[in-house]
Amino acid sequence: MTILIKNASIVSKDFNVDEKFDIYIKDSVIEDIAYDINTEAEEVIDANGFLVMPGCIDMYSKICESGYENKNNIITISQSATSGGYTTIISAPNSQPVIDNKTVVEYVFKKTIEQADVNIFPYGSMTIGCEGTEVAEIGEMIKAGAIGLSDGAYSILDTELMRNIFLYSKMFDVPVITFCEDRNLSRNGVVNDGIMATKMGLIGIPNVAEDIIVSRNLLLAKSTEARIHITHITTKGAVDLIRQGKEDGINVTADTCAHYFTLSEKALEGYNTFAKVSPPLRTEEDIQAIIEGLKDGTIDAIATGHTPASIERKITEFDNAAFGISSLEVSFPVSYTELVEKGILSVNEFIDKMSYNPSKILGLNKKGCIKKGNDADIIIVDTKKEFEIQGKNFFSRAKYSPYDNKKVKGKIVVTIVKNKVFHFN
Amino acid sequence: MAYSRKDFISLFDISAEEITYILETAETMKYVLSQKNKKAPYLQGKSVIILFYEKSVRAKLSYELAAQYLSANIVDITVSKISDQYETINDMGRTIEQMGGDFIICRHPMSGSTRFLAENVHASVINAGDGINEDPSQSLLDLVTIKNQKGDFKGLKVAIIGDVAHSRVTRSNIWGLLKLGAEVCVAGPPTMIPSGIENLGVKVFYNINDAIKDADVVMTMRLDTEKSSKSRFISLDEYQSFFKIDENALQNAKKDVIVMHPGPVNRGIEISSQLIDDKRCLFDDQITNGVAVRMALLYILSNKAGAVL
Repeated sequence: MTILIKNASIVSKDFNVDEKFDIYIKDSVIEDIAYDINTEAEEVIDANGFLVMPGCIDMYSKICESGYENKNNIITISQSATSGGYTTIISAPNSQPVIDNKTVVEYVFKKTIEQADVNIFPYGSMTIGCEGTEVAEIGEMIKAGAIGLSDGAYSILDTELMRNIFLYSKMFDVPVITFCEDRNLSRNGVVNDGIMATKMGLIGIPNVAEDIIVSRNLLLAKSTEARIHITHITTKGAVDLIRQGKEDGINVTADTCAHYFTLSEKALEGYNTFAKVSPPLRTEEDIQAIIEGLKDGTIDAIATGHTPASIERKITEFDNAAFGISSLEVSFPVSYTELVEKGILSVNEFIDKMSYNPSKILGLNKKGCIKKGNDADIIIVDTKKEFEIQGKNFFSRAKYSPYDNKKVKGKIVVTIVKNKVFHFN
Repeated sequence: MAYSRKDFISLFDISAEEITYILETAETMKYVLSQKNKKAPYLQGKSVIILFYEKSVRAKLSYELAAQYLSANIVDITVSKISDQYETINDMGRTIEQMGGDFIICRHPMSGSTRFLAENVHASVINAGDGINEDPSQSLLDLVTIKNQKGDFKGLKVAIIGDVAHSRVTRSNIWGLLKLGAEVCVAGPPTMIPSGIENLGVKVFYNINDAIKDADVVMTMRLDTEKSSKSRFISLDEYQSFFKIDENALQNAKKDVIVMHPGPVNRGIEISSQLIDDKRCLFDDQITNGVAVRMALLYILSNKAGAVL
């Protein structure tokens, strides 16, 4: 298929957003970028008045295919992704069955090719069953295409095991993606340990539960010289530790999610289970630290942390309610509004966090920037029009959101991926 | 009318005026209780369902008698093993409602659950304890007891001793007392003090002498070792040697100090056996006031029961 984007104000490496280009795409590849292209194309899109950016790359989604189809499957997640501006998503390994062997990795690729409208790559689970006890066949999974190793949001508490995984990972050029939470400290916890937990009588998870594992993993990465990526950071302590780690030359990158810098624990008011996420929403002080970390480059990427739980698992007693948020469709506009509209990041810095940096961390070299010869994973964004978030309109089966009624900017109007064009009103 | 809510869920949410109104109504109910024939017709034809997801003897008895004195129909359900059966409290509430329940008095092991129930049924819900969050009627009976003895709350110094983090009675008492203008001090092991409580206007101490100094009221709470993770709590012996209320501990309190406990008491652990029989201890008043307060709540809510959400 051939696609021609006219009048594109490109936000990507080496482009000045004030200049307008035409982009010619042929069979999923960016063939040409020039001032005025007059080649015939099957679809011509006028991007005048909009911004054209590389499609976002989500470093951490639960695609829930296999095992948890009632929550989401590859088809609904593709719709969520394209409408949310994501052209590539990386699947967490904690599906059912767990992505802990090459057969499951191959299965994810097969399903993706057959059914998905977006690119989906799996992380391989570091341990069998994501149980944190026995190392999985890491090499086999990487050979089959796993693009990173993940603990599946279940921190490995056995330090020797963690160290060996760091060591072993050096055989391959993949990052070790660690979710940092000391379960001895988070046990039974459902919210941040702080004033809201005290007011609501809920068991809290202290910041130190995260900080202590971030600190340990940084030390292990330093001593093993492995590549570590810390995902879902939520605390000021973690930001400070990672900043220090980068200064010390540790090969570390990090991401956070939109909800960790746009919602505080106050969103839980009235026992709002829609804001029950893992790790928990923290305080204003932590939010400020996260924003500072995004600004100074301590935090490289913004992941969605898309972990849809069925509505039945949310409309229930708070302690019984599932952790999780349906965020693929809101991560882009919420982050854009918070970071770019408020002048914290330039639009270029913003898209780096959403697309370029994830591509570099994950070694997706044909993605992450708009460039001749790269994959044509492109989004066209209306940054002027304000719109309201309504969970009930989500493509995701988890049709709820703690952001309901929030006014945002950054509407995805067109997503181009895998040789298809998706228009959104 | 000073209290026009459908439900009674929490002291955190309601105003000092609302609390005062309930306390005043409880006084009227005490009059009913003091009569030879303890029966008032206010809840005639109404159904009160006592829905407990935790074992209870005292609270249940107190609610049941309160409802009977007001001439209600009463059904008592105890649901056990909550985790095994997957019916939300919400669905349970609907069932009760369809059978004509006007009041649901609910105790549940998860914080916020009774509020969740209240938001989803038309019946009036009374929170008889939700997880470690609140037990607001238990607090009201403490407040009636204090008011009877001290007249007013303004400037009173109240020391609460025990596991503050895991005691729902304490939490309700803190909110109620602060709203009514009392000064609240808590004392307990640091592992049992909830985060940031000092930012809500509560003074925190780790030894009882500091907390009890010049106190008008000393409340000690039942130590529930089950609710606390093991390492928070060392041993009963160790606990009593630091936090037991006895004659010695009360030395620096005000001369006319009163001592309260929600019961049942762990004798010799939270409080010395000698003190329990002392006239400063008002455990019996607390129990009587408990029935009066619960009658008052049912009476006040009966004006709203069955109202459309």
